[in-house]
Amino acid sequence: MNFDLTDEQKDIIRAAREFAEKEFPNISQECDREEKPPKHLWEKACRLGFVGVFIPEAYGGQGLGYLEHCLINEEFWRVDPGIAHFILAGTFGSEMILLFGTEEQKKKWIPPLVQAKAITGAAITEPDAGSDVSSVRTTAILDGDDYVINGTKTFITGGTIANFLQVLCLTEPHFESPHDRFSVITVETNRKGFEATKLRNKLGLRASDTAEISFSDVRVPKENLIGTPGRGFHQFMVFFDHTRLHVCAEAVGLAQGALEQAIEYVRKRVQFRKPLASFQVTQFKIAEMATRIEAGRNLYQKAAWLLDQGRVESHLIAMAKWFTGEVAVRVAEEALQLHGGYGFIGDYTIERFYRDSKIVEIYEGTKEIEKIIIARALLGRY
Amino acid sequence: MPEPYWEDTKNWGESFMDFELTNRQKQIRLAAREFAEGELMPIGKECEEKRQYPRDIIKKAAQLGFVGVFIKKEYGGLGLGTLEHVIILEEFWRAEPGLGQIFSQTTFGADELLLFGTEEQKKKYLPPLVKGDWVMGFAITEPEAGSDPASATTRAEKVGDEYLINGNKVMISNGTEAKFLLVYCLTHPEETSKSKRHSIFIVETDCPGYKADRIHGKMGLHASDTANIYFNNVRVPKENLVGKEGNGFIQLMKFLDYSRVMVAGDGVGLAQGAMEQAVNYAKKRKQFGKTIASFQATQFKIAEMATLIETARNLTYKACWAIDRGNPDTQLSSMAKWWACNVAVRVVDEALQLHGGYGYLDDYPIERYYRAAKLLEIYEGTKEIQKLAIGRRILGIT
Repeated sequence: MNFDLTDEQKDIIRAAREFAEKEFPNISQECDREEKPPKHLWEKACRLGFVGVFIPEAYGGQGLGYLEHCLINEEFWRVDPGIAHFILAGTFGSEMILLFGTEEQKKKWIPPLVQAKAITGAAITEPDAGSDVSSVRTTAILDGDDYVINGTKTFITGGTIANFLQVLCLTEPHFESPHDRFSVITVETNRKGFEATKLRNKLGLRASDTAEISFSDVRVPKENLIGTPGRGFHQFMVFFDHTRLHVCAEAVGLAQGALEQAIEYVRKRVQFRKPLASFQVTQFKIAEMATRIEAGRNLYQKAAWLLDQGRVESHLIAMAKWFTGEVAVRVAEEALQLHGGYGFIGDYTIERFYRDSKIVEIYEGTKEIEKIIIARALLGRY
Repeated sequence: MPEPYWEDTKNWGESFMDFELTNRQKQIRLAAREFAEGELMPIGKECEEKRQYPRDIIKKAAQLGFVGVFIKKEYGGLGLGTLEHVIILEEFWRAEPGLGQIFSQTTFGADELLLFGTEEQKKKYLPPLVKGDWVMGFAITEPEAGSDPASATTRAEKVGDEYLINGNKVMISNGTEAKFLLVYCLTHPEETSKSKRHSIFIVETDCPGYKADRIHGKMGLHASDTANIYFNNVRVPKENLVGKEGNGFIQLMKFLDYSRVMVAGDGVGLAQGAMEQAVNYAKKRKQFGKTIASFQATQFKIAEMATLIETARNLTYKACWAIDRGNPDTQLSSMAKWWACNVAVRVVDEALQLHGGYGYLDDYPIERYYRAAKLLEIYEGTKEIQKLAIGRRILGIT
């Protein structure tokens, strides 16, 4: 057993932290207020090698593990969740191509993502298909050598800025099992009939782009099919085993940042003639926050380490996902509480962290869905 | 922004992350589980009811190599780590907390001897523990000194080549069964610093002036021995001083880094056992025409229990690992202790709840686990003390 990160991993942490601390704080308030993704920072992060480190060298990446990708997520989120999400979501969806795409597809779609030439995304959720993925109704019908796509998807990360999206479509509606009816198709966003509308006024992660997208007779060549027809649902379940892990890292990074803000504040803030830090109740709060973060970090790193060994433990990943999400929400809440009234005003970053935190309990599988996955592993399927 | 407290920059050597137990550790777990299920489970209920301390089971476990595995080979042990010891305790507690506790206290204090004892002390006192011939204890708590050990008043005065001990201590594990105890005594009441007033001595329990009264009113863990003990002009030779005179408080704090992770392991084991009972029960029990496992409310409870146990186990093993690589981490030990024991209490509560009325009867073992669990949040530093240790360290408050 060895809980230590390697020297290389520690170097990655250090570099990611340095970059985030130098680049994010000056613009984070503006990006949040104006709901503006800082594109120049994404370009810079690509140039410095922070984007898509898990992508194999053959496709332009660094060929590192998913754990390393998580470590970068953690460090970026610690400084500013919104900006971090925008920059690192640029490769979100590429996992689908890496896992199930052909050699040609990987060569075509993947390298531009790390060269700051393209942004991708995954389009699954629809107005009436959230946790219940198999009720997706966007259809793709084969017509000659093309798929013709029609439907609407919502809450799509990067919807208005992505160059291409991996879209879950209904292709085999006649198949008996609802899980065997879907396929994943890569859709370029400059195709005719594709439309994206930015969703404004999100609670948090406002620097990051989220959109409603619609497909109106969008034609894509059948070569854009990723994986096997009818296997789309199953492919996305495997996909989630990867992407849930970086959400864990996001949560831990956010919680770590919130904790550090609380520590800094309680050391300075004087009430009843002494710093808040000297009150036992404050010490207890800090101790509880730090312990939860430590527990969350160990859990997700273990799951990521196993994944990088080729051992996908879905229930462990689900455990890490809900647990770290809850840690983020609770820690951000306590950290704001320790700031008192000042925490409620935008003067301190904790207000933003508080708003940003809630999403990690929702996207990539709500905490409720994660618990169902865990229970199935222990109790069987009902 | 401050450096993150978790980044241990002192130890940046080449290393490879590995969350897996070694094959040997896995074998130890299997063997411990087999022993616990075969030998402890069948007698657990009876020992609890009859308040029976099964001395022979210690001997049996010792013969199979389960006792004091962390004790160095030159003192009769296997020279393994804290982690291996914790894995064994975890398995024993999973099978039967009451008897697990007996093993938790059999060698309780041995780390203090390993850390600070003289060669002679270690050679004399450690080997019989590993053989299962003796059990020991560490007497710290007094009626007026619980979380605040620096206020202990049991007095040891130097008289010639001996120390004369007077006072009394309460809630001492193995007070009546131990062959010898480490006793935390006041030797320098005149010292202004509270960390320089105490010293630790080995006291053999058959010496004149020593008396122990076994406590019978405990809520749980009835098989194990807990006693109030009295020292009335007990004489011990000066060779029985452990470590340095006046250094007892510091030595005690060091010891707690070790003993706390062991209690964390106890908590993980108890929680694991409780959850498994809940899973088995939920799969069998039918209400409203279907098993209660088929209800989402049950599924969510089980998922939460399993996740909490997973986090507690990782944290505990990490704290063990820190100790075993020669770098005990006070903060991590405290985190593991608080978290794992809190998890135990929460999990056992949900597990009993899932049993409904049956859980409240002694037909099922869960009732015993429930009563046992609470102590985990109290001894070896209450959860409040753990949080103080963590919070103050992070905030830089002494």
